[in-house]
Amino acid sequence: MMPELGHYALVLALALGLVQSVAPIVGACTQDATLIRLANSTALVQFAFVAVSFAALVICYVTSDFSVATVFENSHSMMPLIYKFTSVWGNHEGSMLLWVLILSLFGALVAGFGGNLPATLKAYVLATQSWIACAFYLFILLTSNPFLRLPQTPFEGRDLNPILQDIGLAIHPPLLYLGYVGFSIAFSFAIAALIEGRIDAAWARWVRPWTLAAWIFLTLGIAMGSYWAYYTLGWGGFWFWDPVENASLMPWLAGTALLHSAVVMEKRNALKIWTILLAILTFSLSLIGTFLVRSGVLTSVHAFATDPTRGVFILAILVLFIGGSLTLFASRASTLKQGGLFAPISREGALVLNNLFLTTACLTVFVGTLYPLALEAITGEKISVGAPFFNLTFGPLFVGLMLAMPFGPLLAWKRGDLLGVAQRLLSALAVGIVAVAVVFAVEGGQSALAPFGVGLALFVMAGALIDLVERTGLFRLPLVTVRARASGLPRSAWGTAIAHFGIAVSMLGIIFAATWGTELIVAVKPTQTISLSGHELTFEGLIQKPGPNYSAVVGKFTVRSGGAVIGVMEPSKRNFSARGMSTNEAALMTRGAGQLYLSLGDPSNDGSIAVRFYYKPMVMLIWLGAIVMMLGGVLSLSDRRLRVGAPKPAARPTFAPAE
Amino acid sequence: MKRKQRRLVLIGASLGVLGVAAALVLNALRDSIVFFNSPTDVVEKSQPPGTRMRIGGLVKPGSIQRGDNLLVQFAVTDGKTDIPVRYQGIVPDLFREGQGVVAEGKIELGGTFAADTVLAKHDERYMPREVVDALKQSGHWQEGETKSGSAVK
Repeated sequence: MMPELGHYALVLALALGLVQSVAPIVGACTQDATLIRLANSTALVQFAFVAVSFAALVICYVTSDFSVATVFENSHSMMPLIYKFTSVWGNHEGSMLLWVLILSLFGALVAGFGGNLPATLKAYVLATQSWIACAFYLFILLTSNPFLRLPQTPFEGRDLNPILQDIGLAIHPPLLYLGYVGFSIAFSFAIAALIEGRIDAAWARWVRPWTLAAWIFLTLGIAMGSYWAYYTLGWGGFWFWDPVENASLMPWLAGTALLHSAVVMEKRNALKIWTILLAILTFSLSLIGTFLVRSGVLTSVHAFATDPTRGVFILAILVLFIGGSLTLFASRASTLKQGGLFAPISREGALVLNNLFLTTACLTVFVGTLYPLALEAITGEKISVGAPFFNLTFGPLFVGLMLAMPFGPLLAWKRGDLLGVAQRLLSALAVGIVAVAVVFAVEGGQSALAPFGVGLALFVMAGALIDLVERTGLFRLPLVTVRARASGLPRSAWGTAIAHFGIAVSMLGIIFAATWGTELIVAVKPTQTISLSGHELTFEGLIQKPGPNYSAVVGKFTVRSGGAVIGVMEPSKRNFSARGMSTNEAALMTRGAGQLYLSLGDPSNDGSIAVRFYYKPMVMLIWLGAIVMMLGGVLSLSDRRLRVGAPKPAARPTFAPAE
Repeated sequence: MKRKQRRLVLIGASLGVLGVAAALVLNALRDSIVFFNSPTDVVEKSQPPGTRMRIGGLVKPGSIQRGDNLLVQFAVTDGKTDIPVRYQGIVPDLFREGQGVVAEGKIELGGTFAADTVLAKHDERYMPREVVDALKQSGHWQEGETKSGSAVK
């Protein structure tokens, strides 16, 4: 009963989606307010139907209804409840349903909170949103139906892929999808603006909160995915330049560029065409990401199953939306009026530079990710493009970006004074140079890159602080004035400084963990002690421990530092009989911002077991930095000016009042 | 500054950054990509020793020898040709005889492949796509033998 209900609800959502794809456009063309308003209701009800459909699938999973094919393939009656729940999207079909759930949620949010949007703009936005939704409803219903029944109900399920039986699955995919799919709103606004042939600063003010929200989720989603890979794959890496990771990094880079160019458009009414193009490209990259991950052209932990029809279908969606939107862009972009002027040395100029760096960095990732696929398709030659490629291409561009970063917020709009800004950044520069010298001296000149990287990160951090100091007048003005100025400072200014600080924090973590991390891969026997970077590890022995749907071998290790016991680490290997697979559960011990990382390898006949033991200094900063970036984004989002549904400032009378 | 000049500066800056990026990409593509070969490819192409590459195939049954200090030696086969592989470190969980494997490293003078990375499958139903293709080429692939691409990092 449940699966049929879910299936039926999804078909109804499709029907509503088809109505919403057409009705508001007809309404906007014929000035029919009823038809335009219809889109509001369809968007809300559409979300309700997809939610019912999703809930039905959740019930199937939670009650272990193995008559449903996907439940049988990806669940097990002995799994803990949380994994029964998360396995809903731990497979291709369910994850696509989560995708459309979030897509329809965003559509409903625009319908619900977009009260102050001009009626026709809102009509086009909701219609575009519905085109995307319909394409994916069809994709699910035609090629990836999660509600398909099996002719006979099996007694037991085949279990969720053990790698996915982790709390990470509860967090990483939903966050990532909120980010990916959130960019669809910016895309829909861009298409609506192109159809209307009109775009202005208010457009940017509507688009920015949605983009910012998507960016926050994507930032967290990527960071969470990285941490998950770090602790679950058992060898301490936090970023692999794996194509599916790149698939999430590309929309992040483009989305970050979009956030910055939308600022220029909002404040100065410039860079209109570019901002529209970025909005289209950002969501296109999200779609390409979905294609790469879901079509099975890549082999990775994310490719749940390969089915050529699915790949072709997603490719068709991709061509339709990216091709269609770019064609529309090419034919309509010239109708958009040019915006304000600015000198190359100005806040606008700095933001253009930011966009240049971010988009070219994105391009290099794009080349590195798709070149192997293209080469194989054309010549049949198989290559792998790994970390060295990205370090050589993405790295230098990112350095350029970071070098320019502190200058941007300090430059004035329209025409800036580079020399003046450089003077104000002098202390930041001094901090950076001292850091380079200190690190170089301490490290003994082994690597020139790492001290430079540390200096650069500290320069950006100090630059962000100087930005706040300058704005609040700290050290210059009496404390009372400073306090007044600090509370009067727009939250987006705080957000900028904090987010810039955050990226430098992450960078610092990456440099430390990659450069000064130490590792030891050895076979140890019980009672044997190994030591690494001032930590001694004594192997106490192996214990067998049964779990709910697996059996585990746990290694017990006592950790000492300077002779004193500081704790016990218990890495384990879990063997899942249902799939004949095993997973590696690394043991982590946080020491300040660094971590000790221990994972088990194979046991040998002589009673020893191979272990990987890492010390990763400052590694937590990588993810802490992402959280700081997210906080910056949240602060920015709470800025009065950007609040969704905030009253229109009276000073901008250029728009027709919304409804 | 006039609109025209402004545009020129913008275009100049864009071309500059793009040019740098293009140079970086081309340079990196020349130096840091790794080709994938089946054991037969390795023998037929006879690349100079020291060339970085990936090889993939099945771990030849009966070929695994373990030595001191986590040394593992085994042969990778595509059914036609075998390549001896030497690796020091921890092999993946599902590294077994008769199973698919991908190794990255260099061919040494004697024809032994010195691997610094060994990847195996994570799932009994999975086989790396490259390995499937290599086996298909050498005619040692039976359709339906395993399902390709269900899950691996």
